[in-house]
Amino acid sequence: MSRSSFSSYRPPRLSLERRLTTPWWLSWVIPILSVALAMLVGAVIIASQGVNPWEAYRAMFEGAFGSGYGISETLVKAIPLMLAGLGVSVAFRMKLWNIGAEGQLWMGAWAAAGVGLFLYPAWNLPPWLAIFLMMLAAIVAGGLWGAIPGLLKGVLQVNEIITSLMLNYVAISWVLYFVDILWRDPGGLGFPNTAPLDKAIWLPKLTWIPLLPRGHRVHAGLLLAILAAVLLWFLLNRTKWGYEVRVIGENPDAARHAGMPIVRNIVLVMMLSGALAGLAGMAEMAGVAHRLQRGLSPNYGYTAILVAWLAKLNPFGVLLVAVLFGGLLVAGDQIQLTMNLPRSISDILQGLILFFVLGGEVFSRYRIRIR
Amino acid sequence: MEAAFFITILATAIRAGAPVIYAAVGEIFAERSGVLNLGVEGMMLVGAVSGFIMAVKTGNPWAGVLVAMLAGGLLSLIHAFLTITLHADQVVSGLALTIFGIGLSSFMGQNYVGVQGPQFSAVHIPFLTDLPVLGQILFSHDILVYLTFLLVPASAYFIHKTRPGLHLRAVGEDPATADVMGISVARTRYIYTFVGGVFAGLGGAALSLAYTPGWTEGMSGGRGWIAIALVIFAFWEPWRAMLGAYLFGGVQALQFNLQTIGITIPTYFLNMLPYLFTILVLVFATGERMRRHLGAPAALGIPYIRGER
Repeated sequence: MSRSSFSSYRPPRLSLERRLTTPWWLSWVIPILSVALAMLVGAVIIASQGVNPWEAYRAMFEGAFGSGYGISETLVKAIPLMLAGLGVSVAFRMKLWNIGAEGQLWMGAWAAAGVGLFLYPAWNLPPWLAIFLMMLAAIVAGGLWGAIPGLLKGVLQVNEIITSLMLNYVAISWVLYFVDILWRDPGGLGFPNTAPLDKAIWLPKLTWIPLLPRGHRVHAGLLLAILAAVLLWFLLNRTKWGYEVRVIGENPDAARHAGMPIVRNIVLVMMLSGALAGLAGMAEMAGVAHRLQRGLSPNYGYTAILVAWLAKLNPFGVLLVAVLFGGLLVAGDQIQLTMNLPRSISDILQGLILFFVLGGEVFSRYRIRIR
Repeated sequence: MEAAFFITILATAIRAGAPVIYAAVGEIFAERSGVLNLGVEGMMLVGAVSGFIMAVKTGNPWAGVLVAMLAGGLLSLIHAFLTITLHADQVVSGLALTIFGIGLSSFMGQNYVGVQGPQFSAVHIPFLTDLPVLGQILFSHDILVYLTFLLVPASAYFIHKTRPGLHLRAVGEDPATADVMGISVARTRYIYTFVGGVFAGLGGAALSLAYTPGWTEGMSGGRGWIAIALVIFAFWEPWRAMLGAYLFGGVQALQFNLQTIGITIPTYFLNMLPYLFTILVLVFATGERMRRHLGAPAALGIPYIRGER
């Protein structure tokens, strides 16, 4: 590729001046405008399918938030996004790019299924203890899976982006081996999945939530996620360890000079990150699917990365953004059913939103002059 | 029997390595200029699907290759605009590109899953293909594989022996100095991010039009990420990236051929091999790099703003 063929091209000349302060209204207007622009581009793509984008968006909104049932399904999808998103956000705080939440989630679901399907009946455990042990198993499995890229990064400085991502493929292969072969339900009518968990150890439904329709699927994982967010907020903002994590993330040199244990904290943060993703897997398995199966996660672990980043790594922000993205997933299913649009529309919208928010950020950090 | 097995393995390694070589060499260009583009997987997928669609529509695989290159290049410009012009975070922008590319490719290809299309088939080169052993290993392939034999030396030459190559390295190592010397940092980075996208798209086409003809969702199977890992393994040198891609190809070849020599391992574990191998390669490369004090391009991942350090 010779260089001369490009020489007539000049990139746009923008000059950026760093803002000293960001006006308060900008930090609201910009994200809203960014999402609106993303939806505008999405509208073009929807229109290319011969569907009226306005109607598609209305159907999406109504599907996700327009009815009690829609809201309940949105919350169901939001639960794993909340837990995994919290996990990702902890790692990102320390500038550790853990993109292995998907694999950590699968390992958590796998370990929890092992406890629920085999330990529980074999040891004749009381159901509450079995649920507790399933959670513990998921935390340990997800945490250990997250510790691998953490150790490689901390001890050998191996790039955690690649290792955590590669481990996703390994984890999914591992779990599918159990789903398809070792733990496969012989009475499963040829479907590759394990036998269902005993009803007594399903994560209980939150039947007491007002306004949601009868028979909704919102489960106790929601409480776990909220509890996790509160604990995480406390840990990061009110403890010495949280302070260390923030300093190491923002200024590793200062942290080193202050004698903070960087390697240990890298491993700990990756374990915590993986543990939360693992818990997400347990919640999805014991709260929604009630068995281990193929397709347990429609890439929750990857969407969680967007959730964490869009929430600016704030634990309560993660809860909120997770609900919006849960809604987007429900909406994707909805328009596939009613408008015959592919559900990949919701993936495309996810990417577009991220592009525009990323691009929009510059306007809150810089004043822009176009030359 | 034994010899035939090894010849098969080596030939398959070279075939399987080709798509990864394109993506990795492209990423070397982008990273050499200081731009880390984690969107390779997404660009490969969009390249694979758009190339395949074009080839089906025109009946001409070369038209597919061109469109795939263009598609990869266009996608990379999103990343270039966000990171070079708007100084957005390169890691997040690259991830967004991959997620977008996965969605877009699945959207574009919805009616093309399982469709038969034109493809590049093996090209017999007089004399070379007829060589014993070597002919079977190196010269029993399609044209996109042969092109990698030219691309790698050409890229290495370009980076190290030409003036634009010198500028490319200058921008990646020390953009402030390059700027003072009158090299446009932004333009150089735009160009090579685009080149990276073009090659990632070509790598995608090498999958959907040659190595595994046809379109299936997510058909790149992490090769874009493996290419990024190989760039680190390669210390940003095309020749080493080629070596790494062949090692990866060899693991894939083993994965497919172990069964034929009577070694039975569940496919689930064989499927893990390329990914475990990539981690292993990365660990060794990182160790070697630290021992030899080799570094990434010094400005990799850092936006350049004149007057700001």
